[in-house]
Amino acid sequence: MSDIHEEKIKELEEKANEIRQTVIKMLTEAGSGHTAGSLGMADIFMAFYFHILNHNPKNPDWEERDRLILSNGHIAPILYATMAHAGYFPLKETMTLRKFGARLQGHPERERLPGIETTSGPLGSGLSQAAGIAYGARMDDKKFRTYCLMSDGEQDAGNIWEGVMFVGKNKLSNLTAIIDRNNIQINGMTEDVMPLEPLKEKYEAFNWHIMEVDGHNIKEFIDAIDMAKAIYEKPTVIIARTIPGKGIKEIEFDYKWHGKPPSKEEAKKFLNELRTLGGKIESEHQ
Amino acid sequence: MINKDAKLVKNIFEKDSLEQEPTRDGFGRGLVEAGEKDKKVVALCADLSESTRIEWFQKKFPERYIEIGVAEQNLATVASGLAIYGKIPFIASYATFSPGRNNEQIRTTISLNNAPVKIVGSHAGVSVGPDGATHQALEDIALMRVLPNMTVLAPCDAEEARKATFEAAFTRTPVYIRLARDKSPLFTTADTPFEIGKAEIFWDSEKPQAVIIACGNLVHNALFAAKELSDDGVEVLVLNNHTIKPMDTKTILDAVKRAGAVVTIEEHQIAGGMGSAVAEILAQEHPAPIEFIGVHNQFGQSGKSNELIEHYGMGVNSIKEAVRKVVRRKVI
Repeated sequence: MSDIHEEKIKELEEKANEIRQTVIKMLTEAGSGHTAGSLGMADIFMAFYFHILNHNPKNPDWEERDRLILSNGHIAPILYATMAHAGYFPLKETMTLRKFGARLQGHPERERLPGIETTSGPLGSGLSQAAGIAYGARMDDKKFRTYCLMSDGEQDAGNIWEGVMFVGKNKLSNLTAIIDRNNIQINGMTEDVMPLEPLKEKYEAFNWHIMEVDGHNIKEFIDAIDMAKAIYEKPTVIIARTIPGKGIKEIEFDYKWHGKPPSKEEAKKFLNELRTLGGKIESEHQ
Repeated sequence: MINKDAKLVKNIFEKDSLEQEPTRDGFGRGLVEAGEKDKKVVALCADLSESTRIEWFQKKFPERYIEIGVAEQNLATVASGLAIYGKIPFIASYATFSPGRNNEQIRTTISLNNAPVKIVGSHAGVSVGPDGATHQALEDIALMRVLPNMTVLAPCDAEEARKATFEAAFTRTPVYIRLARDKSPLFTTADTPFEIGKAEIFWDSEKPQAVIIACGNLVHNALFAAKELSDDGVEVLVLNNHTIKPMDTKTILDAVKRAGAVVTIEEHQIAGGMGSAVAEILAQEHPAPIEFIGVHNQFGQSGKSNELIEHYGMGVNSIKEAVRKVVRRKVI
């Protein structure tokens, strides 16, 4: 169990709310992009960039850094928003998302923005890339850890299972994979489009260690990540149950928000909802 | 006549004594040499280690060999991760599978990512022989040469494949190396110049009527055709155009300006191949009549290597015919 104290957790939760607001502003300004997955992963990104990762935003190429590979590149807004809040680049640059000449491309590109580990967007390739990094690191006795964030929808892809087999065979315990189990993909619910269950048993069959957590419970997630570090004999996958669109009632659970941004009017309403924690507190902006 | 500066073997036209070796063997040797020079070199294979000759590296450096199984998408993406981390990964399979089956993974995780993975596609061309069309890659040059950041090499014999492999290891870009299964004449030597991006004149003449621009195993056929044409009083140049991308525009333009007509030769579809790349340059810089030797919008089939080369119009006589035709097309 991690020794993270309650105050720190509370701080991370508040920060996650701020980052959700940044995501809403970015997507509204961009006029296109993926809202549901970005909001749903805010707590996990927060946990990574503000607690888990051994990294240096001022020196993104630092050789000993932990690597975070985002396989489902379409949730770039939450990646960019978190990186900006963590100090990789100025917060105001988040407003350039998807614009001509921007470093913040619609899907992340390694060659354009320091701190992006791999170019991604086409689904299914991130796990194998993470595996290549982890394999190379193990050859050189490097101590850093490699994390790979995947969506549940991309578990449809054959490349994922090629990677799952490879990682299982090679017992890459310096790699931890996280699946955003939010149950939606573009065409509908994952279990209608192409059933993934029993997902846990599938990974087990490929010799992985599996943990399931509430992806909005930052403490539970951090505990699982810590636990994974202690498992030497197998790679670990954390199936993080999340609510797509988390934080905004109108978006939550609705697959239609997978790939669209809020309108200006919606954004106003959503930002207010986030600032007031759904009406529980008064917004300082009111 | 043979360009002396090319330092080709003396018995180049003596079919009985000329040594024969597949280009994949040259790759196998070059990879071991690269591995000896730099510990960062690692090799990955998709269950074809013996026939791609990556096995020679595996035996020498077992700790740097990574088996992927029959999973070419994984082959490309694991290598992408290794390259991003800092290794120099070579991935080998048959060209129909890699860069065929895993094309999107190569596009995104290697080319767009600018991850310096070295992609080795063996068994390219109809000269694969008995395995038939499923295993005869005829579109790999087209697939690879449209990708930004990618270097594309098609060595003409095993010795050049060795050099190409070694040099590719130490370039900072992704590279595609095209190899053949069947034995072919070994006619270059250790002293033959080789530089990525630099075409070499292998056959020179004072007043060329056409230039033959060739790559891969067919360069030797081109030289044979040049000799026979010369005996008949038709003079040509032969360029060994091993680097399809970035292409040596200067050498090509100089040669075409001298000769005024072009025949391109490759064991690949005409559409999108090396000849197309030459035509793109000429159309913009120096239009000249051009004939394309290669496969015309067809798949291959089972047969013996030389049988298939003849059937698909890539033999010595077809080359000679194309030269005569292109010379007739010249506007005097």
